[in-house]
Amino acid sequence: MRTHPLSRSVLLVGALALFTAAVSAQTTLRFGLAEDPDVLDPTLARTFVGRIVFAALCDKLVDIDEKLGIVPQLATSWEWSADNKALTMKIRPNVTFHDGEKLDATAVKFNLERHKTMTGSNRRGELAPVTTVDVVDPSTVRINLSAPFAPLLAQLADRAGMMVSPKAAQAAGDKFGANPVCSGPYKFVERVAQDRIVVERYKDYWNKGDIHIDRIVYLPIVDSTVRLANLKSGQLDFIERPAPSDIPALRNDTRFRISKITEIGYQGITINVGKSDLAQKNPLGKDPRVREAFELALDREGIVQVAMDGEGTVGNQWVAPDNTFYAKNVPVPKRDVARAKALLAEAGVPNPTFTLMTPTTSDGQRVAQVVQAMVKEAGFDVKIQSTEFATSLDMADKGQYDAYVLAWSGRADPDGNVYSFDGCKQPLNYAGYCKPEVDDILNKSRTVRDTAERKKLFEQLAAVALKDRPIVYLYHRHWLWAYTTKLSGFRPIPDGLVRVQGLKLN
Amino acid sequence: MFAYLVRRLAAIVPTLIFVSMLIFGLQQLLPGDPAVVLAGEDRDPNVVAYLRQKMHLDEPLPVRYLYWMKGVLHGDLGESLRMQKPVRDLILEKLPVTLELAAFAIVIALSIGVPMGIVSAVRRNTAWDYAANAVALWGLSTPNFWLGIMMILLFSVTLGWLPASGFVSPFEDLKANLAALVMPAFVLGNAIAAVLMRHTRSAMLQVLSSDYVRTARAKGLSERGVILKHALRNALIPVITLGALELGTLLSGAVLTEQVFTIPGFGKLIVDAVFNRDYAVVQGVVLFTATAYILLNLLADLAYVIVNPQIKVH
Repeated sequence: MRTHPLSRSVLLVGALALFTAAVSAQTTLRFGLAEDPDVLDPTLARTFVGRIVFAALCDKLVDIDEKLGIVPQLATSWEWSADNKALTMKIRPNVTFHDGEKLDATAVKFNLERHKTMTGSNRRGELAPVTTVDVVDPSTVRINLSAPFAPLLAQLADRAGMMVSPKAAQAAGDKFGANPVCSGPYKFVERVAQDRIVVERYKDYWNKGDIHIDRIVYLPIVDSTVRLANLKSGQLDFIERPAPSDIPALRNDTRFRISKITEIGYQGITINVGKSDLAQKNPLGKDPRVREAFELALDREGIVQVAMDGEGTVGNQWVAPDNTFYAKNVPVPKRDVARAKALLAEAGVPNPTFTLMTPTTSDGQRVAQVVQAMVKEAGFDVKIQSTEFATSLDMADKGQYDAYVLAWSGRADPDGNVYSFDGCKQPLNYAGYCKPEVDDILNKSRTVRDTAERKKLFEQLAAVALKDRPIVYLYHRHWLWAYTTKLSGFRPIPDGLVRVQGLKLN
Repeated sequence: MFAYLVRRLAAIVPTLIFVSMLIFGLQQLLPGDPAVVLAGEDRDPNVVAYLRQKMHLDEPLPVRYLYWMKGVLHGDLGESLRMQKPVRDLILEKLPVTLELAAFAIVIALSIGVPMGIVSAVRRNTAWDYAANAVALWGLSTPNFWLGIMMILLFSVTLGWLPASGFVSPFEDLKANLAALVMPAFVLGNAIAAVLMRHTRSAMLQVLSSDYVRTARAKGLSERGVILKHALRNALIPVITLGALELGTLLSGAVLTEQVFTIPGFGKLIVDAVFNRDYAVVQGVVLFTATAYILLNLLADLAYVIVNPQIKVH
């Protein structure tokens, strides 16, 4: 059959048009990160921004939702044993890793054991109560615990629950992070250190119907002004953590949208109450009345307005006031300068002096300055000591400080926000706080799974620890995101990580 | 000439040994336990202990130094504990970026600084001279990060002509590469141009008042010939030294500029490494740039001979 030359060219043009349509349909999301992630191995990883990239690369056994509830991801259902010492999980069928390997109960066992045994693992502590993992059948695992451990599910909703391909992990050893192979919606393409991380859609993802963007390029840009400039000039589609002071202008720009949610972490002031001899040499560390006066001299709303341009939620505990586990018996105290003065007089130190150490971050410095001015009215004489972050941490660890402005990124379960900080001799207990009564409550709160019962325990804890004030909690920052209006389907989650499921770029 | 070269090269060895000791020793003065910093937010005591052992932090300082030197002599600069990548690979990855940026900046600096210096010396105390001095003063007194951010706001956000930050390899897309580098190179070159202008000017003024220039003029040579052929050659010597020193400084990383424009070069590498106490990276990069700096100085000395053969080497 002979075809007319014209019809052939029409066909050709049609084919070309189809081809270009297919090419232009390739969508890439350019994502501005506030820092450069560390190694991309869920077992070894340590940074917050790394978890943002993992949200695209590596699925977890379970996830958390907007209300911090645990929802299924790789595990479809789970059940606790009667003694709360074993958790049995059903693994989603027909899930494969990016190298085509099957994700089954054996792979889950491999991963949990890798987290527990790999040299340098950062997950070992999180999974400390896990003793053994049994493969009940190809789609069922049982995680056995040495003692009941309520925060386990929340741990499995983070890096400890991320699953990597056993075959790839065994082959790469401790170099796995250079080329991670997981089972998430996107697979790893390349990484140029400090420049970019590129991932592309995994075509066999179990939930591919929810994935609409072909590629994501993560670009670490530390300076928030430059990150914003990139968004405004169209080189980025999405940025995390724009500066709160830039929000009003962004709001008036019709090209962009802003999302926010209160974080699960907190900003607070840690007080040296027993970390070193210095604690006893300073009225603030020595006398709980002085600490109470210090807290009463603070106007938290004012701090949020000045230090964060209003982008924060006032709080006085390790969890935000809207959290299920917020202890209602200890509400946010109102500022009361007269009472603060009276307490200081009672303690015999009407003008206590102390040094407030702060990392050189802009948030930290502003908090320190506002606090200094506020407590002055009650009689406190505060000296600010701005110290580079790593150095400040070292000084805090050695107890070479009076008070320290320190933020915590937060964990989904309240245990992650308080156990290591208030527990005697725990790694993050910079205050040097140590009280057997508190340890008892903390340990008990780990063994109880019933929410109402746990709430009661946290109320007991609040009644003691918030009175002793090893940490004066100030506020919970708002996670802020700014993005082009072409992007839709973004769901803010309080852990600050960006879920890629449902995101669409038009 | 050959003997001179050998002598100069031999002198580099003790210099480098001294430099390596200095780098290693100074770094130990940094406060903060690197293992604690690298262990991340959770600071699991097991992880801290593991990192401490991996970095030989429990061993005495001289022993640690020998561990490091042993590796260096075998071409192994250690491994970045944060990125889990050999330091050598990181250097090889960042070097072309920094080299390109530095070369671009120096070209800009030379093409602004030297002609301006000549003009202001030749047209001394005229409007030309004052204008050139004003430009130089502006270049010297404008902070890099400020100029960088202002340029981003103007050329990227407002006009949309250039990308706000980032880097594209020239092998991937040359046009995009140049577009990405023109602002940071200008910011860097602008400050150096000012220094070069001032030095060219004073060197030219000195040379122009010397006897041989008067002789050249007396012979009836054209003013253009006197300036470009006779005076400039001699005047360029201090400028070459300075250019080499500035290039060396640029190689050790234009810290602020790379940070503002998010250029993944040496400057960004070293700043992030210092803040994260990634010792192997800091040591490796500093040793590498120190070596490059010393070699550049040697090259500058050799360049004098080429520019002015009257300088004899012994």
